[in-house]
Amino acid sequence: MTDTTVDTAEQAASADTDKPVHAIVERKASPWRAPLAFAAMGLALIATGVFQSPAVALTILNMSLVSAIMAMGLNLQWGYAGLFNAGVMGFTALGGATAVVISHPPVMEALGAGGRGLALSFLIVVAIIATVTFIASATRGRFRSFLIFVTVVAGYIALRPVFGAAVGAVEAVDPARTGFIGGLGLPITLSWVAGGVVAAGVAWIIGKVALGLRTDYLAIATLGISEIVVSVLKNEDWLVRGVKNVTGLPRPVPYEIELQQQPWFADLVERVHAGQLAAITDAAAREDALRQFIVEGSGHFVKIAYAGLFTVVLLILLALCVRALNSPWGRMMRAIRDNEEAAAAMGKDVTRRHLQVFILGSAIIGIAGAMMTTLDGQFTPGTYNPLRFTFLIWVMVIVGGSGNNLGAVLGGFVIWFTWVQAEPAGAFIIEQITRDMDPSTPLYQHLQDIAAPFRLFVMGFVLLLFLRFSPKGILPEKVRHS
Amino acid sequence: MPDATDILNALVLMTNFVFVPALAYGSQLALGALGVTLVFGILRFANFAHGDLMAFGTTMVILITWGLQAQGITAGPVPTALIALVPAILVTAVAAILIDRSVFGFYRKRRAAPVVLVIASVGVMFMLSAIVRFIMGTDDRRFTDGERFIIRAREFREMTGLDEGLAIQTTQALTVIVAIVTVTALFIFLRRSRTGKAMRAYSDNEDLALLSGINPDRVVLITWIIAAALATIAGALYGLDKSFKPFTYFQLLLPIFAAAILGGIGQPIGAVVGGYIVAFSEVMMTYAYKRFVTYLVPENWAPEGLLQFLGTDYKFAVSFIILVVVLLIRPTGIFRGAVIK
Amino acid sequence: MYLTGQGMTGGYGGADIIKDCTIGVDKGEIAVIVGPNGAGKSTAMKAMLGMLTIRKGHVRLGDKDITALTPQARVGEGIAFVPQTSNVFTGMSVEENLEMGAYLRRDDIRQTMAQVYDLFPILKEKRRQNAGELSGGQRQQVAVGRALMTRPSVLMLDEPTAGVSPIVMGELFDRIIEVRDTGLAVLMVEQNARQALEIADRGYVLVGGVNWREGTGEELLADPEVRKSFLGG
Repeated sequence: MTDTTVDTAEQAASADTDKPVHAIVERKASPWRAPLAFAAMGLALIATGVFQSPAVALTILNMSLVSAIMAMGLNLQWGYAGLFNAGVMGFTALGGATAVVISHPPVMEALGAGGRGLALSFLIVVAIIATVTFIASATRGRFRSFLIFVTVVAGYIALRPVFGAAVGAVEAVDPARTGFIGGLGLPITLSWVAGGVVAAGVAWIIGKVALGLRTDYLAIATLGISEIVVSVLKNEDWLVRGVKNVTGLPRPVPYEIELQQQPWFADLVERVHAGQLAAITDAAAREDALRQFIVEGSGHFVKIAYAGLFTVVLLILLALCVRALNSPWGRMMRAIRDNEEAAAAMGKDVTRRHLQVFILGSAIIGIAGAMMTTLDGQFTPGTYNPLRFTFLIWVMVIVGGSGNNLGAVLGGFVIWFTWVQAEPAGAFIIEQITRDMDPSTPLYQHLQDIAAPFRLFVMGFVLLLFLRFSPKGILPEKVRHS
Repeated sequence: MPDATDILNALVLMTNFVFVPALAYGSQLALGALGVTLVFGILRFANFAHGDLMAFGTTMVILITWGLQAQGITAGPVPTALIALVPAILVTAVAAILIDRSVFGFYRKRRAAPVVLVIASVGVMFMLSAIVRFIMGTDDRRFTDGERFIIRAREFREMTGLDEGLAIQTTQALTVIVAIVTVTALFIFLRRSRTGKAMRAYSDNEDLALLSGINPDRVVLITWIIAAALATIAGALYGLDKSFKPFTYFQLLLPIFAAAILGGIGQPIGAVVGGYIVAFSEVMMTYAYKRFVTYLVPENWAPEGLLQFLGTDYKFAVSFIILVVVLLIRPTGIFRGAVIK
Repeated sequence: MYLTGQGMTGGYGGADIIKDCTIGVDKGEIAVIVGPNGAGKSTAMKAMLGMLTIRKGHVRLGDKDITALTPQARVGEGIAFVPQTSNVFTGMSVEENLEMGAYLRRDDIRQTMAQVYDLFPILKEKRRQNAGELSGGQRQQVAVGRALMTRPSVLMLDEPTAGVSPIVMGELFDRIIEVRDTGLAVLMVEQNARQALEIADRGYVLVGGVNWREGTGEELLADPEVRKSFLGG
């Protein structure tokens, strides 16, 4: 019996009311709730633009869009199917690595040095897997375990020197700048799709192994897998340069410098700021101001361009998710979530459905991971940590409203906004506390350092608050009475 | 054929780099896993905040240690932290009980699904990790003092005339001794005392325990006190042995869960055995056997590579592989623990 | 009567399962509740133990009204209950099971334990063994033994013979008679109606959550309607 909806008592109570079977009934919540919540969120972003700066607001907006997609992916797994995926970070990182592999130009010299060896290693791995699969299907019992063991050990012994030499050769090629095999040199937007595919592939393997497990085990297993994915990306320098990072990835949008030299862009900026420019009487000063506006404007334009691309992806995925949720497939998913045993007894293939939804959700997270790396223009495996990339996404889903797609999107925005703004808020509070303190005391200096973890505190508090007092989130799931 | 000296050298090498570190690390994991398994057995959820509870307890140990040192109180040859352990456990226990009263108790009373408690523990994890960082910052800190070594490598070499040295740090010896004392005390408590038996009964069959008049609130209270004590001891020993860094404590969750599940979750003896198995696997899989083999094979057979199964950076993979293999082959673990529902 | 549930009406939150149901048992007698599946037999007993709240009616123990007490408090008042399933601590030894039964007692429990071992000699033999490793019949003995450790005045048994062989059932009933003869009130719900009524001093037949027939065990066994409906003619 797994009751995945967060408050059981209310659920049980509502189950008793006599409602027509399968009728989808809106809860008492006002139909204006979602538009109002999004409008409030928009106002908060606008306020940020006015009181802090437009650049900050746009930066938050872009990461909010990415976060919203991640939350949607997790919502698919948790909200629809009750799968506790604590490995969001791993899929995000896979998406990011895919962005490097797709968009970075190939490093020919490195490929020349170690390409053969890597290809051979790949063949050996394939051979091992094929042999093990064959043994697993053709033999039985202790003999089978023994044969598998021997195959793996022999394969490992064969693989180690070949692979080691290849990696050494690749990493020796101009280590300060490359030292890795590079990528395919394709447009980076392609990696958004590819990132999803890679994440889906890994999710398939993980799902095959771990999805038969109960909730807590799945959580622990996925947490472990994500740690391993990230440590592979950190340490296999030949693949994506590890902690040396890959920077300067190609962009899907124009560069600021290019924009600033485009006459049409100068024209656009002049028109937007016409009023302000007209107020300046001195011609030289006006020229300076215009140049300033162009520089500023180019930054904003790039961010807005990203926002446009991301919004398109978000809307496409949202439409797909909403359709999926309201399809017979989505209804079956929720039926399984609400009563797994009954669903299994009715002949539903629970494990298969779980695998499907796990793959889909992970693919969406992978897409978001590739988008995030695109936005950053760099891949930095050292920065992936589970608090930020797994559990923060969980807070988004719970606070937004698990089981509700719009809720997940809203949660992505609200929580990312809070996460970013909590640090300056913490700094502000510290400033108020320490205003009258002697800056040379150790306590004063110590207090300056604690603004950063303040956001962890806020996140924990928000999560616990919602879990207790509004467990269905800001936009609750539409409850289906049956 | 290697002669006797070579064999002795090889053995000393293994003791120094594998046996001693793994024994100390295993003791730390065992204590951590005991805490997780007890909370699971009584409260029936996987507590994701346990790593950060360990960090919190260690923070208290460090603060009190500093206080003692400032007063000029030290423990002579052993680290001052040992004295600080008792008051730190009290503070951590109070914190754990407060957390239970304000967070977990609410869901327990409503008989919420275990997964809700897991999510709540994620919230607690966030807040605890923030509090720890408020107090300690995010850097590495060492807080050990007193005599650093029981045996130094050089002394050992001079004493025995072998090429290989054996170094045993005070903290390593202390870790093992404290772990043995703690585990023994806990087992006597669970096996012999009325309250300990009541805890086992409650973990075994909650409804029947209630019908026997066992007070659930008291069982939960004692569980948190013990969990806090175990977390503080495990965290302090780990910090003494290596160093204190908040994020590392979060990462310990994985080997700790692996140990608890391997032993059979809810089974205290399993947690201890699991802790040592995970620690030894981790150290043995990531140790480079080149020198060890060089001692044992004829000179011209000496290996060229490091003879390392996995890079040290992949030690998490070891815990994880153990976890997956256990879950696939025998989900109840070695000692037939509960299957998490 | 010593323990009575008077006019009990209630259920588990939804519709009423028992309606105006009255059950009683006196010290030194065995009362048995029988009836078809879903007649509310166990529910009636659980209502008397306080495991569900009744909307109407009263439960009295001696001259005390215990309607408002929790099950735990009723255990403290001297009612012991043996659930139908999961009625032993499987991971604990037989002796520890008995100790847990006496958890509320602060006095010397050795004498009571000796009495339980006299009643069920096999348990003494297996006292160091985990209860989970015992056979079904032995487990039931542990369960009854655990309940007796509180030195209760009332012993409630929920289908004690479910899933045990006829021979074990007969033996268990013999033990229950011995328990009654020490002066306890024994109330049990039974699926094996004929055998249970044979040892019953008082019997209740519930149908659809209401009292249908009531009498001594012999009377009910002789009642043609009861015979026709429950005892296979």
